[in-house]
Amino acid sequence: MSDIWYQFKKNKIALFGLFMTTAFIIAAIVAPLLAPYDPYKMSGAESLAGPSMAHWLGTDQFGRDIWSRIIYGTRISLKVGIISVGISLVVGTLIGVVAAYYGKWVDSVLSRLTDVMFSFPDILLALVIMAILGPSLTNLMIAIGIVYTPIFARIARGAVLTIKNALFIEAAKSMGISNVKIMWKHILPNSLAPLIVQVTLSLAFAILAEAALSFLGLGASPDTPSWGIMLSEGKNWMEQAWWIAVFPGIAITLAVFSFNVMGDGLRDALDPKLKNESS
Amino acid sequence: MSEYIMEVNDLKTHFHTKTGVVKAVDGVNFKVKKGEILGIVGESGCGKSVTSQSIMRLVGSKSSEHVSGEVRYHGEDLLLKTEREMEKIRGKDISMVFQDPMTSLNPAYNVGTQIAEMPEIHEKKPKKAAWKRAVEMLTKVGIPSSEKRAHQYPHQYSGGMRQRGVIAMSLACDPDLIIADEPTTALDVTIQAQVLDLLRKLRDDTGTAIMMITHDLGVVAELCDRVAVMYAGKIVEEGTIEDIFDRPKHPYTKGLLNSVPRPGRRERLQPIEGQPPNLQNLPQGCRFQDRCPFVMDKCLAQQPELLPAESEQHTVACWLEEEGQPDGDRGTRKNRQPEEAL
Amino acid sequence: MISYIIKRLLISIPVLFGISILAFFLVRLVPGDTVTAMLGNNYTPERAEALRAKYGLDESVLTQYVLWLKNVLQGDFGYSHFTNTPVLQAILIRLPITIELAVLSVVIAVILAIPLGTISALKRNSKFDYGASFAGMLGISIPNFWLGTLMILFFSLYAGWFPSGGFVGLYESVWGNLRSMILPAIALGTAVGAVAMRMTRSSMLEVTNQDYIKMARAKGVSKRRMIMRHALKNALVPVVTVLGIQTGYLLGGSVVVEQIFGLPGVGQLSLQAITNRDYALLQGTILFIASAFVIINLIVDIIYGFLDPQIRY
Repeated sequence: MSDIWYQFKKNKIALFGLFMTTAFIIAAIVAPLLAPYDPYKMSGAESLAGPSMAHWLGTDQFGRDIWSRIIYGTRISLKVGIISVGISLVVGTLIGVVAAYYGKWVDSVLSRLTDVMFSFPDILLALVIMAILGPSLTNLMIAIGIVYTPIFARIARGAVLTIKNALFIEAAKSMGISNVKIMWKHILPNSLAPLIVQVTLSLAFAILAEAALSFLGLGASPDTPSWGIMLSEGKNWMEQAWWIAVFPGIAITLAVFSFNVMGDGLRDALDPKLKNESS
Repeated sequence: MSEYIMEVNDLKTHFHTKTGVVKAVDGVNFKVKKGEILGIVGESGCGKSVTSQSIMRLVGSKSSEHVSGEVRYHGEDLLLKTEREMEKIRGKDISMVFQDPMTSLNPAYNVGTQIAEMPEIHEKKPKKAAWKRAVEMLTKVGIPSSEKRAHQYPHQYSGGMRQRGVIAMSLACDPDLIIADEPTTALDVTIQAQVLDLLRKLRDDTGTAIMMITHDLGVVAELCDRVAVMYAGKIVEEGTIEDIFDRPKHPYTKGLLNSVPRPGRRERLQPIEGQPPNLQNLPQGCRFQDRCPFVMDKCLAQQPELLPAESEQHTVACWLEEEGQPDGDRGTRKNRQPEEAL
Repeated sequence: MISYIIKRLLISIPVLFGISILAFFLVRLVPGDTVTAMLGNNYTPERAEALRAKYGLDESVLTQYVLWLKNVLQGDFGYSHFTNTPVLQAILIRLPITIELAVLSVVIAVILAIPLGTISALKRNSKFDYGASFAGMLGISIPNFWLGTLMILFFSLYAGWFPSGGFVGLYESVWGNLRSMILPAIALGTAVGAVAMRMTRSSMLEVTNQDYIKMARAKGVSKRRMIMRHALKNALVPVVTVLGIQTGYLLGGSVVVEQIFGLPGVGQLSLQAITNRDYALLQGTILFIASAFVIINLIVDIIYGFLDPQIRY
């Protein structure tokens, strides 16, 4: 563990990612303290005001404070990210482990299913699922969760397959330990490293997907302070008020960037083979 | 014109690392005669591969790599050449055969193309003529149905065939000197013998000199005319094959000879005890001092020079030469038990 | 080679079959009724019944799927009430735009990615390498819809160099067509290029450590030739794979980018199919896009076979 931290720490940009993601999480928790205004409060008199001392990042067409909305948007992005990746992780890992462990027809069916799901571009699949479920934040999380399930299934399956035939599993089997127990106690801990990396990277994907779907109007309800919704509104007012379209985009990019570099750093720190290559 | 095509004088290759300077090659001198096979023997890590790569200037381009001394090839110092000039010499005048034939051929091109590249770049041959040469070379190194084989990719060749392919490549421009860096180490014993046979036959036919780098005294005995024994970045003894095998002078050479089985001798093998010194932290004095059964005070203080013993061409770097030989025949060691015969 | 291609083709068939199942049943789960949407104000129960019978919507779902698949295999994807044309025709009219957009994006991505990735690898740990790595990470992280919006803001609204949207056909004006396509292609290609660049870098680093590269230098090959001929062909094998996968994402991204730039392509059409509850059209576009992904990866596999001779069997 300390070895992993030592490796991770050497990578300055990954450290920046860790710092920023922590900052985003804190911002989400203490949003009311950081936001000077109610993110929903409209004010006709102040609509489309540029950045100023009163409104650091300006206001939108309804006079809502953009900085406050971005801060509250952190909550939405992280919530969608964490819950949808949680869904993918649990469901995907379960599918992958079962497929690899039982093999034969179970594996064939589940693997074909993931192949088919992989053939759908992620955004398109999420769009169709959103069309089925109807637009709402909860449904958005379910849709994104379903879309990224196959990745976890594939990783878990691969990881299990490589160690399934390892000697220590044979040994556990020969001692009469039950299948479920073997999976839980021996196989899962060994598949953990690639899963952790994928979780971090998927958080970035999920934040991006949430923004994209909200941008297309198939996400949360239009008054929600979601970064994607803010952007899609901002686009219509771009000529008069560039700030509406620019600042939420910076927030999305920064959040996605942070999770990505952190994931990259984790991968390098967790994979001893790559570690040697990059030193 | 001297009879030597290459003279290496005081070659030093030092690697500057975070933890210190690694003196991989530290003042090496030797000469290669036209058409001879010179063996360079030593344990792994003694600097023999780095020597060959320094001659070819394959090391020395990075800021951490420091190569000094002289590598005179037909009188001209290769270390002073520009990279451009070196490119013209590499492959054409001096070519190389590496240890692992599995990885030294490019998997993306067929073998013929890779051989044909040599006459294409060095002799500006048109594609067709170059390909013809490639097929000829494959035939020459004993690859059957070479026309067909030339079209095949490295992964379709066996290990021995790949090494033949690499040798064909190294010969394609009729070089003066081939540096073969452990060319048989990665091969099966039977294939090893075939490749050694091939190398000797090619030397006899073309008059190409070969610098044979190996840790295997068997290979040396089979193939070489002269031998240089390397230890911890220096040459400790050099001479004809008879000098080295029948009249070894340096305790390390003797130790090496005693640690390999030889036909006709029924003594127990005697490995050299201990490890070679750390190249980052070399002892003052002789580098073999820690492992030498005859170590003297002088050995700890001062490094011996490579000086002629017996004859002009048999040189050795050992204080014993000045002091006179110790009693007993070769390989005398403190812990030897003479009665113990098989 | 031929047997390899046939083998790859055969592997694709069950996947394509799975796609058809998923495309059909997913769309059938979308709430709302096509017939109601089609009739609009002219809705009466009798007319609705008649239409349902006409399109076989009164049959069981399974029968409907079999019927649909049979028709699709004969080139009949049904009728789109939104475009008022057969689905296939609606898709085929818009397909060239999406193909052009995708090809242009990949071309831009490849032109940038391979040289930058190669130089990064060769100048490893230099300022250039760090800069390129940072730019690559940023390229992956920046949402294409925001990048598109920013480009419209700067290059169209402020600078006025490009139109802010709309499409000019290739036959109307080649220059106009390029002008209308270049910003969307950059927006879409950035992420692909960034991923490909990172892959080129790491793959190049691995290849240049190989013995055959040392061998090439020992042969007297110039540095330039060593990189261009000996290293790059080997290094490109994983890059091509990544590009194939990325092209799939690119098709999804086209939904968003076509929407922003008002390009009437297949991506925008699928979005319109969703908002208008046009089942047949949605099934058609999904089937098309997903099949395109499978076919692209099939092509990638074949290119792979050419790049890496060890693959052939």
